[in-house]
Amino acid sequence: MATTVKIQVEENNPVLALQGFLRGLLNNESLSGILVPVHLFGKGIPMPTLVTNPDQLSGADPLAPAFPMNSAKLLSRLTRGQSTERIAAVMRPCEIRAFVELVKLNQGSFDKVIIVGVDCMGAYDNVSYKKFLGDSDPQEATLNFHGQVGDGNNPSINGVEIASACQCCEHPDARKADIIVGIAGANLHECIPAMASSARGEALLSALGLPDMESTNGREKALESLIETRIVTRDAMLERTKAATGTLKDLSEYLSSCVNCYNCRVACPVCYCKACVFNTDVFEHKPWQYMEWAKHKGSLKMPTDTVFYHLTRMAHMSTACVGCGQCSNACPNDIPVMELFRTVAERTQESFNYEPGRSLDEPPPLSVFKEDEFQETVSHIA
Amino acid sequence: MSDEFEPTLLAFVCNWCTYTAADLAGTSRMVQQPNLRLVRMMCTGMVDPKYVIKALLSGADGVLISGCHPGDCHYINGNFKARRRIKLLNEILPQFGIEKERVKLTWIGASEGNEFAATVNHFINEIRELGPMEARSMAVI
Repeated sequence: MATTVKIQVEENNPVLALQGFLRGLLNNESLSGILVPVHLFGKGIPMPTLVTNPDQLSGADPLAPAFPMNSAKLLSRLTRGQSTERIAAVMRPCEIRAFVELVKLNQGSFDKVIIVGVDCMGAYDNVSYKKFLGDSDPQEATLNFHGQVGDGNNPSINGVEIASACQCCEHPDARKADIIVGIAGANLHECIPAMASSARGEALLSALGLPDMESTNGREKALESLIETRIVTRDAMLERTKAATGTLKDLSEYLSSCVNCYNCRVACPVCYCKACVFNTDVFEHKPWQYMEWAKHKGSLKMPTDTVFYHLTRMAHMSTACVGCGQCSNACPNDIPVMELFRTVAERTQESFNYEPGRSLDEPPPLSVFKEDEFQETVSHIA
Repeated sequence: MSDEFEPTLLAFVCNWCTYTAADLAGTSRMVQQPNLRLVRMMCTGMVDPKYVIKALLSGADGVLISGCHPGDCHYINGNFKARRRIKLLNEILPQFGIEKERVKLTWIGASEGNEFAATVNHFINEIRELGPMEARSMAVI
């Protein structure tokens, strides 16, 4: 049976308990560092930080409801090519799933990294996080957010809700990790279970010498009810978005405040091309070209190719979309890009029977083919 | 000029099979409606979905992608890759009201000039019936 150990919580402070747990991991000689969100700047947003000195884990906050970026891209930097030392990375489920996709695209590797997955109760977008924080101490605020039980039923604090991507997320459970910190359903004022889900995770956990935990029954139940609520929200969101974008005209209106900043692409954890075609000479048009296009219809929206850009991104990336919502978080004009992308991804992923992040053994759909498939896609006329 | 809708179609055809078939259809003086413009590619496997999207947004009422029959691809399997990409477009475009019928994938071998002419005429008629692409009537896109 896989090891499940107990992380004892003192003084009703699960953040402190997890810091202790991570310190224990980092003290293991097989690990040289931990990538974990750390409060670095007072009341600023906690940023993913590569910590090598266990003493500097005192600001670490794996439970902070802040999600400034999807750390899969950072972990890709830390594991691509030759990495000599082994590290651990504390990640949300959507970050792990995005990393699985990146590894399949040869943008990273699991070889030298221990993934510590934490059940996710959702997070605020960057603007809302600051409102949520107000004047309170960041670690205190984290404790307030979670309350006593990890059930995901977070009251609206300071009038802000968690990001809509999180409200629609049907994958709050950490999977594909070596060690799972199961806060779902746990009494966060008593103890948190840490489960090994790989041989490497097992070896690390047992070396910590923590007491065994009998059962984590509450976790399954809490996750089940959380997923149920989120699927209802998701389906309503999908319907709403479909209805709002049913024609090209509607889609153009939906994207009308887009300024072609491409922040959604930069923030997207699975959009990995070094040089995106939209930043190349292909789109360095000449003045006379703009004039010709404008004369053709009498006017030309500047910047051009907005709908083209979004449709192309859907074609290139929607099968790999993990729904982390960082595109919406990055949009300067609050376009609900996550909703649009998820609505398209729903269809494209289903049509290839593909779930991003599910398995390392499932190749990305556009990277393979079978000889005998999708016959209905081909027309025969004569 | 008549007010009747005359579709504009774009075709991405592979150098080895369908382009040769188009050449054959032409030199054999087969009657084809003049609504289709050909773009010769080395292989359908290099037709990025964005080419099709750009065509549809820029005034094409339909896009034909045509390559070698399965097993005949000059580059072994480019046509199979094309099939997945068209499958992908078939899932994405209809959500925004772009009918599936506007993007067509066919296999036409080098010797099938008659098949090429028939496909072109059939596709043009089909799109004429379907009507113009929404993007055409939009002042801004």
